Amino acid sequence: MKNIAFEDVTKVFPRGGGTFTAIERITLDVAEKEFVAIVGPSGCGKTTLMRMAAGLEFPSSGSVSVGGRAVTAPGPDRAVVFQQFALFPWKTVRDNIAFGLKCKGASRAEQDDAVRKYLELMGMQGTEDSFPHQLSGGMQQRVAIARSYAIDPDVLLMDEPFGALDAQTRTVMQEELIRLSRFNPRTVLFITHSVDEAVYLADRVVVLARNPGRIREILDVAATRRAEEWDARAIEEVMDLPSFTGMRTHLWKLLREQIAGTE
Amino acid sequence: MAAVNRTARPGELLLLTALGAALFFGGWQALAASDLVSKQVLPSPLAVLEAGWTMTQKPFAGNLLQAHILASLQRFAMGFGLAALIGVPLGLVMGRYRVIDDAVSPIFEGLRFIAPLAWVPFAALWFGTGIGGPVMVIFAGAFPPCVINAYRGAQLVETRLVEAAQTLGARNVRIIAEVLLPGALPSIVAGLRVSAGLAWQSLIGAELIVVSAGIGYVMVQGQSNLSPAIVMAGMLAVGAVGLAIDVLLRLAERTVRKRWGHVA
Repeated sequence: MKNIAFEDVTKVFPRGGGTFTAIERITLDVAEKEFVAIVGPSGCGKTTLMRMAAGLEFPSSGSVSVGGRAVTAPGPDRAVVFQQFALFPWKTVRDNIAFGLKCKGASRAEQDDAVRKYLELMGMQGTEDSFPHQLSGGMQQRVAIARSYAIDPDVLLMDEPFGALDAQTRTVMQEELIRLSRFNPRTVLFITHSVDEAVYLADRVVVLARNPGRIREILDVAATRRAEEWDARAIEEVMDLPSFTGMRTHLWKLLREQIAGTE
Repeated sequence: MAAVNRTARPGELLLLTALGAALFFGGWQALAASDLVSKQVLPSPLAVLEAGWTMTQKPFAGNLLQAHILASLQRFAMGFGLAALIGVPLGLVMGRYRVIDDAVSPIFEGLRFIAPLAWVPFAALWFGTGIGGPVMVIFAGAFPPCVINAYRGAQLVETRLVEAAQTLGARNVRIIAEVLLPGALPSIVAGLRVSAGLAWQSLIGAELIVVSAGIGYVMVQGQSNLSPAIVMAGMLAVGAVGLAIDVLLRLAERTVRKRWGHVA
């Protein structure tokens, strides 16, 4: 089991003839089995942050480590759920979910067990032989989440996983993710631009500022979540609680300042 | 070939095809029957068909026409198969590794402009006039489209699919086999079709110069026998077999496009 540690991380990209600082001196520790959501205006570097934890990008200075080891490449200990699902269109649902296990050298029987387990958990029994394009967006993202859970990763990195879904599907998926993370807690870094989603899902919400991307504030939700037993309640009920609306309003103000301040 | 706004209905298409063929063969027959040209210069279509038919009954240049066609097809299959077997993986690897791309591309880009037939002297010198030489000439013709289409296809595979595979623990060989290959398949199949056409053309060229059986050889022998009907019968056979190969591969291309249509 692992934590994610960003230590004084700066990321500079070449842009045009010059450079662009996407992330400047961010230090953040996501504890083992903690669910941290990152919100911020577009261009604040939240996706870059996630990609560095995944090993798809590397810091220009500072260090990113997972479980105490510096991240040097992508690996199955850190599963990624992409915004556009990134399912293999030529593979069936079964083969998509089993792909990571196959890479590990798991037997056919082990693969089938995992596929059955996660399809059941996602309420998608009987879709094994479908191809991704035959499923709705919500179903496709369920398959992508199942594919990530199937490799039993210590860390889950989610890059606006519900961003491409319609509002209703999104709400259902948020509830399911809460259910899933209670059943199967992981260290989660969750990127979103939805304040509601962040407060509803996360133990802590990190607000980033942009130009360059840096931490503006960190809001602790976990204590309230536990005290008011959010996870046992329906999502619409939670979102009506004074504690929830208070945090939402606070975060909105922070974001609005930034959007107004830089444009 | 039919542009979007000029697709003919199936019946219409058949009629027009028949009309075109009738005009072509009718004109040819009329020209041959007239006194304008000698039979030694332009044999009539009927004389060509007859020459072709005779060759399927009585051996010419050592073999029946069908045996010649078979000999050509075997060489074609070997050269084309070799080109696909080496070219497609090479293209995919070039699409995956920048280093290999940078190392191979310049040489490849230069070499591919050399006409396959220009390789004939070396092919004969290095691999002989038996099976090796002609196969090398076909290979020279068939190789570039295999590489180029696999390469471009691999580059067009969405980055996030490769990244998804990486984060799920896939290594390079698996990424190439299970992500790049299927992702590039429509492009690869289109390349194979171009490649087969070039292979078949190069083959006949090679057979004009080397070997002792095959359609190209039939044509050379017809020429030295001063029999234009035999030469033209050979040409007809080349056209017919080439068309058959193309139709088969077009079918394969359509099947792949249909199954892979939702990709990308």
